[in-house]
Amino acid sequence: MGWEMTASLVVFFALAGLAVIGAVSLILQKHPIHSALSLIVVMVALAGLYLLLGAEFVAAVQIIVYGGAIMVLFVFVIMLLNAGVEEQTSISKLAGPPGLLLVVALAGFVTATIVRTTAGVQGSSQTGAMASTSGISNMLFRDFVYPFELTSFLILVAVMGATVLAQREKP
Amino acid sequence: MSAILSANAELIITIVKIVLLLFIVLTVDAYLTWFERKLVAHIQSRWGPHRVGPHGLLQPLADGLKFLFKEDPTPAGVDKFVYFLAPLLALALALTSIAIIPFGPEPLRLFGREIYLGIAPPDLNIGILALFAITALGVYGVALAGWSSNNKYSLLGGLRSSAQMISYELALTMSVVGVLLMAGSFNLTKIIEAQGRHPEWGFLGWNIWPQILGFLCFFIAAIAETNRAPFDLPEAESELVAGFHTEYASFKFAMFFIAEYTSMTTISCLCSILFFGGWLSPFPASWTWTHYLPSVVLIPFGLWVIWDGIRYETIFGRVILPVVGTAITALGAAFVLYPGVNEFVQGPFWLLSKIFVFLFIYVWMRGTLPRFRYDQLMAFGWKLLLPISIVNVIVTSFVILAKMQWGGK
Repeated sequence: MGWEMTASLVVFFALAGLAVIGAVSLILQKHPIHSALSLIVVMVALAGLYLLLGAEFVAAVQIIVYGGAIMVLFVFVIMLLNAGVEEQTSISKLAGPPGLLLVVALAGFVTATIVRTTAGVQGSSQTGAMASTSGISNMLFRDFVYPFELTSFLILVAVMGATVLAQREKP
Repeated sequence: MSAILSANAELIITIVKIVLLLFIVLTVDAYLTWFERKLVAHIQSRWGPHRVGPHGLLQPLADGLKFLFKEDPTPAGVDKFVYFLAPLLALALALTSIAIIPFGPEPLRLFGREIYLGIAPPDLNIGILALFAITALGVYGVALAGWSSNNKYSLLGGLRSSAQMISYELALTMSVVGVLLMAGSFNLTKIIEAQGRHPEWGFLGWNIWPQILGFLCFFIAAIAETNRAPFDLPEAESELVAGFHTEYASFKFAMFFIAEYTSMTTISCLCSILFFGGWLSPFPASWTWTHYLPSVVLIPFGLWVIWDGIRYETIFGRVILPVVGTAITALGAAFVLYPGVNEFVQGPFWLLSKIFVFLFIYVWMRGTLPRFRYDQLMAFGWKLLLPISIVNVIVTSFVILAKMQWGGK
């Protein structure tokens, strides 16, 4: 405890605040590119949180895969379609009340979980050997190798399906 | 005052290191433009810059002043926030990436503290991954600049850039996996140390021999990642005016320029570290006479600068060149006179020499190779580089496995 603990707490709250602001801005922005940029902010803030947890490998991969590759693809598609400002429609009357109810329920659920945890608020914690590179690879390629390979297979099927659909357009 | 100093010594040292590295990197970038213009000019049988200062050596200064004082118009219809964000993003990420490079094995012992060369701590476990993470974000500078400029040529440049980045990042990452498998670590210092396992082998112990395929893939993919010729499609001047930075003028243009040259330097550092032994000497460790090589290079070069300066055509050159030459000669002589200093500069000397060679190759390629066509670029990345780098990973893993099985240890 002491000074170090508070320092990591400050960093935690800064990153968490950034993530929340990014997420809210993602929804409120009018232009798709601005929304994509907000999402990148969320991704990078999450990577920072992982780093705070001592999961360096996961943090780096989070930025490389999500912040880099996937979001570049998003931005690429938005630019390629040259999408303009979103058209606003008035909120559907049917969706309003149930949506509000869901928001209240979710917020209550999250608050209840936070209040019930006994560990208290912690800025950083040690995830130990599990989050190290060798720990992750041991889990992925030894303990959970079949689910992991099955997931890869599923993604491959999706890619092939997309290719077939794209090819069909051709004469 | 001294109490505050000693309590925050680490912080102060880091800030001083950041300021110093920024100063060095920006100066190197400035003179890299001079080097490139001079070299490309000589490749094309021209003189290159030689009006501003002796041998055009003050040209970067003149260029910098021009960038500062030019008018900086903002075109109509741009997305203001993103338009201003893009050059900042490009420059900041490029400058951050160089902070992860370690520049020497031995810490500098000053005021009773060990100061390592390089800003990131030498035991940074995810060194190379952190670098890739920063490069992965670097594309947004170019892509967003192209999009926000409200110009169809810029937009096409930005589009090309993002497609190129996605295609070549895979090959870039896969080609390094072989090196990581051999070193068993993401840490850049450990990767260099793994290449020095056999001190008597000299340059034969470097990763370039077992990983020659990986190196070729890495270097080609890295040139594409830094948007340099022959992969400079995002700014292809014959098709897209100036590509993504068409609408940028003055200092915002300079920021893209500095970002590009900084990433070139970072990639050259990475090539030397991953495949060419970083700060390791190419000679066997028992050849101690090679430790005088920095002086053997510096003293004749300094003397040549003096000799060239005395008969230079302008008076300014006749004054300034001998002074510079004397300084270089004195530096070389100091290394001979102080063995401790000489030992310390061995690592940085070899690393900087290797970086210089790669920067030379960068400019050489720009001076000699024509630009790729867009479909060639995509086919090359996906159909050639990616399969080769994957084969490289598979072969390397099998060899390591075989060594573990039958290699004894």
